[in-house]
Amino acid sequence: MHWKILAVLTVIALFAGSASFAADTGAIKVGAILAVTGPAANLGSPEARTLQMMVEEINAAGGLLGRKVQLILKDSQGSADKAFSFAKQLIDEEEVLAVIGPSTSGESMKIKDLCNDGETILLSCAAAETIVNPVARWVFKTPQMDAFAAQMIFTDMKAKGISRIGALVSNTSFGQGGKAQIEKLAPAAGISVASVEVYDSNATDLTPVLTKLKGKNVQAVVNWSIEPAQSLVPKNMKQLGFDVPLYQSHGFGNIEYAKAAGKAAEGILFPCGVLLVADTLPDGHPQKALLMKYKTAYEGRFKEDISGFGGYAYDALLILSEAVKKAGSTDRSRVRAAIEGLKGFVGASGVFNFSPTDHNGLKMDSFEMLTVKDGRFRQAP
Amino acid sequence: MRALPPGLRRYAALAGLCAAVVLVQVLLSALHAEQYLVQLTMAAWYSLVAVGLCLLMGHTGQVSMGHGGFLAIGGYASAVLTTLAIPAAGASGTALLLRSLGILAARQDPATGADALAVAPWAAFPCALLLAAAVAFLVGIPVLRLKGHYLAMATLAFGFIVSRLLLGLKFCGEADGISGIPAFRLFAGLAVSGKKALRVPNYYEAWAVVALACFLSVNLMGSRTGRALRAIHGDEEAAAAMGIDTARAKLSVFVLSAVLSALGGVGIAHFGGGIGPGEAAVLKSVRYVALVAAGGMGSLWGTLAVSSVLTFLSLRGVFGLYDDAVFGAILVAAMLFAPEGVPRALAGGARRAASLPRGRGRPA
Amino acid sequence: MDPVQVLQYILSGITSGAVYAVVGIGFDIVYSATGIINFAQGDFLMLGGMIAVSLAPHMPLSLAVFCAVAATGCVGVLLHVVFIRWLRSPAVLRLIILTIGLSILLREAALHVWDEKVRALPFFSGDETSSLAVLGARVSPQVLWVLAVAALIVAGLGLFFRLTLTGKAMRACASNASAARLCGVDASALVTLSFFLSAALGALAGCAVSPITQTSYDMGTPLAVKGFTCAVLGGLGSPTAAVAAGLLVGLVESFSVSVLPLAFKDVASLCILLAILVLRPQGLFAGGSRSLKGGNR
Repeated sequence: MHWKILAVLTVIALFAGSASFAADTGAIKVGAILAVTGPAANLGSPEARTLQMMVEEINAAGGLLGRKVQLILKDSQGSADKAFSFAKQLIDEEEVLAVIGPSTSGESMKIKDLCNDGETILLSCAAAETIVNPVARWVFKTPQMDAFAAQMIFTDMKAKGISRIGALVSNTSFGQGGKAQIEKLAPAAGISVASVEVYDSNATDLTPVLTKLKGKNVQAVVNWSIEPAQSLVPKNMKQLGFDVPLYQSHGFGNIEYAKAAGKAAEGILFPCGVLLVADTLPDGHPQKALLMKYKTAYEGRFKEDISGFGGYAYDALLILSEAVKKAGSTDRSRVRAAIEGLKGFVGASGVFNFSPTDHNGLKMDSFEMLTVKDGRFRQAP
Repeated sequence: MRALPPGLRRYAALAGLCAAVVLVQVLLSALHAEQYLVQLTMAAWYSLVAVGLCLLMGHTGQVSMGHGGFLAIGGYASAVLTTLAIPAAGASGTALLLRSLGILAARQDPATGADALAVAPWAAFPCALLLAAAVAFLVGIPVLRLKGHYLAMATLAFGFIVSRLLLGLKFCGEADGISGIPAFRLFAGLAVSGKKALRVPNYYEAWAVVALACFLSVNLMGSRTGRALRAIHGDEEAAAAMGIDTARAKLSVFVLSAVLSALGGVGIAHFGGGIGPGEAAVLKSVRYVALVAAGGMGSLWGTLAVSSVLTFLSLRGVFGLYDDAVFGAILVAAMLFAPEGVPRALAGGARRAASLPRGRGRPA
Repeated sequence: MDPVQVLQYILSGITSGAVYAVVGIGFDIVYSATGIINFAQGDFLMLGGMIAVSLAPHMPLSLAVFCAVAATGCVGVLLHVVFIRWLRSPAVLRLIILTIGLSILLREAALHVWDEKVRALPFFSGDETSSLAVLGARVSPQVLWVLAVAALIVAGLGLFFRLTLTGKAMRACASNASAARLCGVDASALVTLSFFLSAALGALAGCAVSPITQTSYDMGTPLAVKGFTCAVLGGLGSPTAAVAAGLLVGLVESFSVSVLPLAFKDVASLCILLAILVLRPQGLFAGGSRSLKGGNR
């Protein structure tokens, strides 16, 4: 009998716990759906920390338009279904001003229509081009276009006289977006792609596929993924004695990946925002002041290096705050229009220039070619 | 309950289900808490898988660790067909004929904005169910001869293969899955769609399908096939000795459970407007097993209760970071302490009239 | 394909094959003693790697590996004693679901103890760029370690089962538990020992392979599926056959990359599993027919 009562009480408690009480404290509600844990945690975890840090700073400085900012963070664990369910909650129940995130392209695509139909601003931290192309009124993204990353890689290859490459991509949304860009842009750059192989995000041994590529006499290898497999590729290549240049995507922008690859990471080339080399920038650089401020605050508080991903979330909230201030209100349409009107806006990932047809705002100049030297990120010579 | 004639007694629980569904909706609407209907609707669609699995596991003692694959097959089939982008301009004669019959419907190609044709949801629906049935039939014939661990692994492998194929094939959207799935228009203005305004009708649509599935299950269990299944579960060799075609009976239940899962998949796809390869993932399939194990493998109502509650809570994010851990713990706890199911264990074993007769575990 | 490339594929194949074989052997040990398939087998490799990685900064590598192996062995014992031993004649279905649940719990516990970051042990010899030349092909020295560990495990087990009293007692239990009990063998203790062995050996393999494949909290399930493929392919109950089967599966996977898109590499090995289960569930190497029941003893 006791068990019965206990069970019923537990169920009631759980139901109550799932309730979301819309306590109207006058705060500005900002929702965030990030992959804090799970397979994409390398992305979502720095993003979540960055947002929490920023919200505290904003509130400590008096808030936005005199009102506190309330961050409602949901951990999607990288799952598109959870992202969808949480998006519904944030839009329909919490009625947030904007949703920041999700961390991955797959989740972003799943909630793109939902946010657009729900007339809630979405500031995605994911890279796929399809998030903002075709442009949806309410959907923006902060990471640079993967097309530019591919373009930058091919330009570098051409300068080095590389004409035949092999590519490895992961089977996630980001990886497959990269595959599309590589296949589309390589011919125009005069580079022939011997093959593009798709590996599972949980892959533990890439020596067979690298053997295959080695047999095709490629002059360089491109790896496009955001998984820990990014560290496997350089290691496997060295172990196979496969000594050609390795290019990574901007998904490599977290020092953890370089550390995991150890000595094998030396000489890897990848396009990324200057965020990762902020301390080596000349003082006149437009982004330096902002980046150093973010770097010192984040590294001081969380005792870990900043990453490109944290930068995307940083930009998302920064853009939102700026738009709210410019619009002078938290009316969604006004804020949305204000975002579209932002020009020359200095962010962590680059200098943004939004417009009604450009909901990303970054061009190729927001990228630099970086490399790994002595275990640290440096600008490539 | 004793006052009812024996034939109708088994429908008493079904009536109870319908009453509970209506009661919950009225309560939530009165409390201005209609947003919960969204997760309850999704829980209903997912519970169809649990209902099918309950028939399979409870009444034939077969385990399937890959039933998420059937939900995915049903959902993806409907999704792919209803999001085709056959260009409307210059469409062939057959296409125009199908358009006039209503089998093809007009939509906008999301990539180009041009007018395009796709299969109408009501026409895609039987295709989805047939596909799932066909796959279940083909897979079931060889696989259902296996027992115990071999069957578990074979079905696990099946689910894995489906998941990999969905991730690898371009027309399935690869990692992104398929989005922009149109609403499934039914009769009289009803539709399966995720629009906020249609929350209440969608809730009833989903639960009506579940009630129908339960009705069919109850009838099946009371029929000759049902008795044959219970005989098989009791002792397969004895049943075969009595002249029951055990292979055929097991295959029919397998196919039926696959069709029910596919039905859930179609519902989820149109309600959510999208579907992804995660639906066929191993952990999702294992969850359905957990729900049936905790609900009591032979108990339809126990399974339904446990399934709706736990799926609802999981979708609301109540379990937070421990979502998978909770389902793992449920599996372990249920198998250790309540192998007959948690609801039955709670009721102290005093459930007779309303529940279906249950099969016994195979003596080791 | 030139001979060097073929050799390269072979080397990749036997490396992964050796790992699958060890998992398969783990399945075999427990199955022989108890008739249970322990779905958590793959997670023992994960635990071994994770524990060793946590200990490695504080002590010599060999000691870290030793402690990880011992600790994981204890986890295996715990699994049996706490969750399985006291069940009286459980149904097969119940056991299957139970061990699956235990596998999930191990996985989630690892996630919460160690988080989702991927880790790797330091290389036993050399580092991540070392490369040995073997008849024209190149491998990491760690590959030789993995093969050596697998060979050691197989040889060690063979000696254990054939020469030691405990080993012979385990074989006796496997073939006829009641008769063994009549001879004074403590069957229950031996079952616990079998769990310890399968967990410890899995952990050892997990440590050996960690530098080259990296260890993550969710590596257990795919390994369990492939390890089970090897165990079944070889005929459940025969560790040496599991090794041959493991090498076969590894080689098929490796060579499949040269003909199929990499995206479907797993599909290849899973199709092997399905084919074997359907066509010859007693395994390729077992003589005579075995019961399809997969029941408990």
